[in-house]
Amino acid sequence: MQLSPLARLMLRLVTYAVLGVVYLPLALIFVLSFNSAKSIAWPPVGFSTRWWEGFLDVESAREALFSSARLAFVAMIIAIVLGSMLAFALQRYEFYGKNVISFLAVLPIALPGIVTGVALRNTFVRFGWDLGFLSVVAGHATFCIVVAHNNVIARLRRIAPNLREASADLGATPFQTFRLVTWPLIRSAVLAGGILAFALSFDEVVVTTFTAGAGVQTLPQWILNNFSRPNVLPYVTVMATLVMLVSLPIAWLAQRLGDSNPG
Amino acid sequence: MGERLEQTPRVTDSGRNIAGRGKPRPAFALWGLLSAPLAWLLVVYVGSLALLVVSAFFSLDDFTGKPTTDLTTGNISEAFTQGEYVSLVGRSIGVAVAATLLCFALAMPTAFYIARLASRRTRRALIVALILPLWTGYLVKAFALRAVLAPGSDYGDGGFMSGLVGWSPGFGYVAVTLTLAYLWFPYMLLPIYAGLERLPNSMLDASADLGAGSLRTFRLVMLPLLLPSIAAGSIFTFSLSLGDYITVKIVGGTAQMIGNIIERALLAPNQPLAAAFTLWPMLIMVAYLAVMGRAGAFKNL
Repeated sequence: MQLSPLARLMLRLVTYAVLGVVYLPLALIFVLSFNSAKSIAWPPVGFSTRWWEGFLDVESAREALFSSARLAFVAMIIAIVLGSMLAFALQRYEFYGKNVISFLAVLPIALPGIVTGVALRNTFVRFGWDLGFLSVVAGHATFCIVVAHNNVIARLRRIAPNLREASADLGATPFQTFRLVTWPLIRSAVLAGGILAFALSFDEVVVTTFTAGAGVQTLPQWILNNFSRPNVLPYVTVMATLVMLVSLPIAWLAQRLGDSNPG
Repeated sequence: MGERLEQTPRVTDSGRNIAGRGKPRPAFALWGLLSAPLAWLLVVYVGSLALLVVSAFFSLDDFTGKPTTDLTTGNISEAFTQGEYVSLVGRSIGVAVAATLLCFALAMPTAFYIARLASRRTRRALIVALILPLWTGYLVKAFALRAVLAPGSDYGDGGFMSGLVGWSPGFGYVAVTLTLAYLWFPYMLLPIYAGLERLPNSMLDASADLGAGSLRTFRLVMLPLLLPSIAAGSIFTFSLSLGDYITVKIVGGTAQMIGNIIERALLAPNQPLAAAFTLWPMLIMVAYLAVMGRAGAFKNL
């Protein structure tokens, strides 16, 4: 396709403008977390690190941070196990109803979170299960499975099937083939899927709101509950910055692992 | 998600058949693999969705305020015929469509530049840089946009925009649309980018050889070929925007969307009415998925 130099320049400008718009608000939060005033107004009044020094003393924030991490870890483990099993089943076998199950596997992220949240809450309440840590784990695992599944199935599709055949021809049992051939090839994708599932769970707020009882407060919920309280607002910018600083490199790592060539 | 970025050729089913082996037939191993994840998705997830539809017909006990299994169509008719709610649903659809169009309008030129014009090295860097924020936290980003869009007042407490250029759209439907587009942009960018990478050069060359200008090639060759990718991306931007209620709380001011009335009914607490309201986004999404499925979206999810 022949494009005039002007058109090329325009497209380039749009791309870098989009990149700027994507990162500007994130940079803004970072800057505002060092604002000496208790406000997110622009321009900042002065430089101060007092919110950073004080945020761990805010007990509710510290507890929310740990409860989010614990929750995301459990959801990640469930997602890795179930998501990988699903990926293997869908990639390696032909069976009746396969298309339906493939569709089912994307549904939890294709339907709005509020539908998932309200539906799960409704079920838990009806059967008399307490809303608490476990109900939130169940909610998070439901959409985390999808992320793990997507990563693993994409990698499985890229592995040449004749590797397994060669392994079998050389006398390996199916378990040996899995341990010595398949697993080393998919390891990084499983890990990447797990990391993304962790990040997704760590950030999730809608499903959490509906499946958590009074006893559970995650970090996003803490942010949501406090962004309109003037006294806590500066700590919200610190927490938001912290989430960013933790999740950006982790997501970058996951991206690298997911893209790395098998073998 | 990141897997789509890779260009290595995939081993296709047909390649497998040439090797003389079809995929194995259902076996003991298959059910071993499938049982646990399927039980989770079917029992926990689909079961809950089904129960939700049923409980929209339950009525509230006058004394205890708890749902009973006496069936009624009262909740459904309240949620689906009251003018106030119907217009709210209409506005929610409007916001979701606007956010989707905005995402498309920005993702199309960006994806084109990255996939077709950028050098190999910058290509990877750009796409990763644009997708990473997807994982930085929904709330962090919505809150960040609050700091950008906050309207100024006489006390000088405005956000970044009003502090810098002296104007901002303020809190309301415009701010909600902008924020939702900001949040879900990567979901539109990725499939379009992947689609553009798959697009054979020869098609575009042929179009140019036959005398089509670049706009015409875009409209008559590229757009139809990219339609499934665009449809796939739009499922996420539309669905996630439609059901949102937290962004509305953060940058919406007095604005309301479907999610807000669902939440209000739940907290009332009126579980059956909340379930009836939830049927709205479910039905809209089923219709939307059906239309996008015809455009070939599912091959690209």
